[in-house]
Amino acid sequence: MNNGWHQRLQRWAPHALTPLVVIAALPAIGPGPWLTLTVAGLTMGIMLFMVAAGLTLIFGLMDVLNFAHAAFVAVGAYIAVSVLQPLAGWTSETSLALNIAALLLALVAAAVASGALGFVFERVIIRQVYGAPLRQILITIGALTVIEQLIIVIWGPQAIPLPKPAMLRGSVFIGSASIETYRLFALCVGLAIALAMHLFLTRTRLGLVVRAGVEDREMIQALGYHIRRVFIGVFMAGTALAGIGGMMWAQYQAVVSSQIGDSMTILVFIILIIGGLGSVGGCFIGAILVGLATNYVGFLAPKLALGTNILLMALILLWRPRGLFPLAEHH
Amino acid sequence: MTASPQEAVHGAAHQRAAETVAAPSRPEPDNEKRPSWLGWVVSDNPPGGALLNGLMLAILAALLFAPFLFPSSKAVNVASLICIFIILVASYDLMLGFTGIVSFAHTMFFGIGAYGVAITLAKGVSGWGGVLFGTLAGALVSLAIAAVIGLLSLRLRAIFFSMITLAVAAFAQIVAEQWRDLTGGEDGLTFTVPEMLTPGFRLVHDKVMGVAINGPVITYYITFATALVLFLLMLRIVNSPFGLVLRAVRENEFRVEAMGYRVVAYRTLVCMISAVMASLAGSLMALVLRYNGPDATLSFAQMLNILLMVVIGGMGTLYGAVVGAILVVLAQYYLKSAMGAVSDATSGIPLVSALLSPDRWLLWLGIIFILIVTFLPQGIVGRLRRKR
Amino acid sequence: MSETADTLLRLEGVFTNIGRYRILHGVDFSVRRGRVTALLGRNGAGKTTTLRTIMGLWKARLGKIVFDGEPITALETPHIARRGIAYVPETMGIFGKLTVRENMLLATGRAGFVPRELDRVLESFPALKLKWDAPAGSLSGGQKQMLAIGRAIIEPRRLLLIDEPTKGLSPAMVDQLVAALSRLKREHTTILLVEQNFRVAEAVGDDVAVMDEGRIIHTGDMAGLARNHGLQHRLLGLGVAEGV
Repeated sequence: MNNGWHQRLQRWAPHALTPLVVIAALPAIGPGPWLTLTVAGLTMGIMLFMVAAGLTLIFGLMDVLNFAHAAFVAVGAYIAVSVLQPLAGWTSETSLALNIAALLLALVAAAVASGALGFVFERVIIRQVYGAPLRQILITIGALTVIEQLIIVIWGPQAIPLPKPAMLRGSVFIGSASIETYRLFALCVGLAIALAMHLFLTRTRLGLVVRAGVEDREMIQALGYHIRRVFIGVFMAGTALAGIGGMMWAQYQAVVSSQIGDSMTILVFIILIIGGLGSVGGCFIGAILVGLATNYVGFLAPKLALGTNILLMALILLWRPRGLFPLAEHH
Repeated sequence: MTASPQEAVHGAAHQRAAETVAAPSRPEPDNEKRPSWLGWVVSDNPPGGALLNGLMLAILAALLFAPFLFPSSKAVNVASLICIFIILVASYDLMLGFTGIVSFAHTMFFGIGAYGVAITLAKGVSGWGGVLFGTLAGALVSLAIAAVIGLLSLRLRAIFFSMITLAVAAFAQIVAEQWRDLTGGEDGLTFTVPEMLTPGFRLVHDKVMGVAINGPVITYYITFATALVLFLLMLRIVNSPFGLVLRAVRENEFRVEAMGYRVVAYRTLVCMISAVMASLAGSLMALVLRYNGPDATLSFAQMLNILLMVVIGGMGTLYGAVVGAILVVLAQYYLKSAMGAVSDATSGIPLVSALLSPDRWLLWLGIIFILIVTFLPQGIVGRLRRKR
Repeated sequence: MSETADTLLRLEGVFTNIGRYRILHGVDFSVRRGRVTALLGRNGAGKTTTLRTIMGLWKARLGKIVFDGEPITALETPHIARRGIAYVPETMGIFGKLTVRENMLLATGRAGFVPRELDRVLESFPALKLKWDAPAGSLSGGQKQMLAIGRAIIEPRRLLLIDEPTKGLSPAMVDQLVAALSRLKREHTTILLVEQNFRVAEAVGDDVAVMDEGRIIHTGDMAGLARNHGLQHRLLGLGVAEGV
């Protein structure tokens, strides 16, 4: 069936893309900044992955186009702010343990709040529009607007600053490269969560059911699984992840505004398109690619930075019109 | 937008996509008493029914005599905007309601047309020459970009296509905001319009029926005439063989392809037509506002406006665009000030005041939008047509 | 076909639509317990739609479907599957990104594999053992079919719905498949088999139901139809030479 190296090359080419980009950038940028930018790119990629993974799973499993995903990013960010402001005592202390404890608390709060809102959202809004793509697009866009406006009503229109905790400011120096401490923290947290997701999907029965359901929803039902009951769980997980992504992004930017979700949306869509809708692995690779590309090009040619990701998306679509890792079946 | 093999084999798309969003209603031909030339004008697609026909005629009359019926300069401005949005929304309906294409790039073409005129006039090519050049340039650029976007649909699934139009539109907005030298950045461009369109100009010395025929009034009539012509043109397109194929594509593209039509060609053509009309609307917008900036044309809030208008009015009806445009523009202009007044009055109650602040216009827009999509998916015109 | 205590599945007056298209126009037939019933007919007759309707993937607009005395017409697919009905669709329904092992695992209950049952399946389909940890998408067409059927039988089921299993398979694979089906038949598994290949249907089938344009136009036993070439030609368009 696998006729020769040509087929195998085709299959592995998408996986090789990221390492290739990373290696290619080294001579172009120079070893010092290269390390800084690579870590920056990986961190940005991981945060984008948090947001994109939920969306791709939701679409892959439930065929739901949730244009309101950005709202959950914003909710996560604002809840994190509300948790961190009273904890200013912990974050201003020079104790790494307290700092991290505060951040983790904020992270959990963001996840819980976004997950809970996701529960309500699925029941009230998404339930009505299963199987109706046009109405999904319309209604979720409306919901996005409403939620973002409500955020402004509750927290006010001004952007809220979110200073990094004391021990996570500044940078670490490796050779001539400086790496922001917070980025290392975010990278660790992000990778831990990504690993947890991976283990859940590949090692648990429920994860297996989700993966199968993403490929062929009818067949998993024909095997006796009530996949609809899994929907609500996946939706909440997806929105919780978006909330975590929002919290991490807000802390990273050191400021929160109601448009925090919107600025990510375009990148997230690009990642989904690059990675293939429904593929978490593809999403991961896509997110890392986008993060790296943004940082590398931002360094080499700042004016081009905006267009880079669109160009990347266009190039990949020309090569693989259904994304790097499309699902073969009913999508 | 390719259908998957599974859909071909099982036709599952039919059963799954049991959308309750209305199919375009085509009113039965009712009266042979109608003079044939009138039938030709509306391309044998009248609004349908006594109520709708009457309503449309009333709207036509009101718009025709708007500067005389509502003499204030604000009213003339609002009327101009209504005409512009009628074109913008009807051209969007061509894609959405008739062909089933969900594109978020419509405001981009609107902006291109506006910037075409704005940049030309601001950079010194003044007068009618500048206006025509800018309009034409905008239209051509829009045509080209729309052609590319339409061809994209060959290789992409519908959802990808929509997401890409969103990405492209966002990109266009960023470009408009960042490229200060060309577009004036976030502040936009102000420029001088041809003398005949300026407020100080008088076509005739005396007032006609108590109204001074000044620049804005002339601008209004240019806008009105253009809107009327383009709208009738769209009616013709929709009721031509081309239009029938579009509708078939919306129902089941796979079948249409099997019957021998190149679906991609039809989609691309409709995208191009729609984009040019949006561009023309944008050029008019620039003339009316005597200004253009990212917020005026390219913003996502504007896209939401269009979506709201087309949904309220009724998708796939074209006349819905008229109803939707009027309702939303009027609400936006007159309701906002009402909101402001109430918000000030309730400033003692913080939450209520914040909720009703005119800056929170989008909140209510969104809520109304959700309600309409849920409870009145066929829109007003669609509902009125159903009743017959 | 008379209704007796050994009727496992019965369809009465089933009408099914897909969107606006009427596909089934009042389907009536039964499947006897412990027998293989072949559902035959030309392309587009509605055979696949019938199976999908039984499985609940498409809802019958009118009519009744009774399984072992209990109506299942209004049930959701997972419930129908849990009553003991396994479905092997025309497209095989393999999860290509999952390994062969994971595909099979999904067909088992919470406890996972029962060694004896697993061995039984792997005996019938040795290729699966070879490719146990490979992604199912990398299997050949025939191997995928084996996996699909293996998945359907790894746990005892009361009824198997199999849709055109021999489609696109090489003659050697077809023989292997017929052997597997024959083995199931010897174990008295009840099977409703849709087949275009008359030779296969004849080899395996006990009873037969023929469809055309969404209706059942003939029921009876397979032996009778196999002998009657004229009838075969009328019902299925089979040339006299093809019949045997």
